Amino acid sequence: MTGFLKGLARLRRGPWEFLATCLIALGVVMLMQPFVLWAFTYSFIVTLIGTVMFIIVSHFPEGE
Amino acid sequence: MTDSPLTRAAEATPPHLARRIKGLSDRAIAWIFVAPTIFLLLAINIFPLIWTIRLSFTNFRANRPNREVEWVGLRNYERILTDSDIWLNMQATAHFLFWTLFFQVLIGFTLAWLINKKFRGNDLWTTIIVLPMMLSPAVVGNFWTFLYQPQIGLFNYAIEFLTGTPASSFEMLGSVTLAPWAIVIVDTWMWTPFVMLICLAGLRSIPDYIYEAAEIDRASKWRQFWTITVPMVLPFLMLAVLFRGIENFKMFDLVVQLTGGGPGSITELASINLKREAFEKWRTGYSSAYAIILFVTVFGLASIYVKALNKVKER
Repeated sequence: MTGFLKGLARLRRGPWEFLATCLIALGVVMLMQPFVLWAFTYSFIVTLIGTVMFIIVSHFPEGE
Repeated sequence: MTDSPLTRAAEATPPHLARRIKGLSDRAIAWIFVAPTIFLLLAINIFPLIWTIRLSFTNFRANRPNREVEWVGLRNYERILTDSDIWLNMQATAHFLFWTLFFQVLIGFTLAWLINKKFRGNDLWTTIIVLPMMLSPAVVGNFWTFLYQPQIGLFNYAIEFLTGTPASSFEMLGSVTLAPWAIVIVDTWMWTPFVMLICLAGLRSIPDYIYEAAEIDRASKWRQFWTITVPMVLPFLMLAVLFRGIENFKMFDLVVQLTGGGPGSITELASINLKREAFEKWRTGYSSAYAIILFVTVFGLASIYVKALNKVKER
């Protein structure tokens, strides 16, 4: 957990990519879930933030 | 001088062209070769994408091109993302996507594993299995419509034969509960061979000596399957899931032919709904926003998937 937070603070690719991946996955689940409409409403913005983040953080340096 | 393809190509170049090329750097020549592709990519992919993003913020209607276009900001996105009908379409798409991928991977991998065993008529079976994939979706949709007919359809009679349920007592395409499964069955029937072929390529790429070494180490067949076969086929399997996932997310032709989105809108997948909004209701701005939402979803999923694929390949 500490390593993950350190990676985030040092702008390392691994943890940031993991965060972006989680956001995309969460957005897709929110888009297609059959339970609550508000989750569907906010799904696009979550997926969009995740996708843009993924594109940006792919250019971060690898962690040691 | 040796008669290599390079010298032959050099000799075949007209002298005036050769003189002109001589003055160019390698980088410039590379750009000349790549430029047409880049131009086509920009014209066919990037420009329409940017144009669609722009349209998604307007109330433009393609059937009224002379009407003044109004900038509506995020209103199209807001309306789509609060529409409970579109929410239901997304659920129908999720159902279709999940179950088709599940069955195609399961059956495709099993078939590939069986076909990979050396037996007589192996090639003939491979050819027979891949036949559905070669048919047009319109043809497949049409003949499955006949197969699903409650009175004359073979499918209903097969179910009657296997389960005892009377053939005319259920209608695959007309029932709200059965129609979503009817389209899953047809897509699985048609595209499982594709997954099978990719898995087969993966299975055939595993060298025999790995299994021989495992045999020497007295590893059981079960252990060999989980520690050799599955990890080595996984990148291929993931590739198949990526292709099928993207294809099924935008599935249109097969489902339109089978159910047209019905009964009601129970099998109306996102792409069918999008087509209705764009080319039946002519709400171009609204449907552009809809298309961007689908695009971002597929793009996001494809990005993480490609990343995962690369990680698996590195192992």
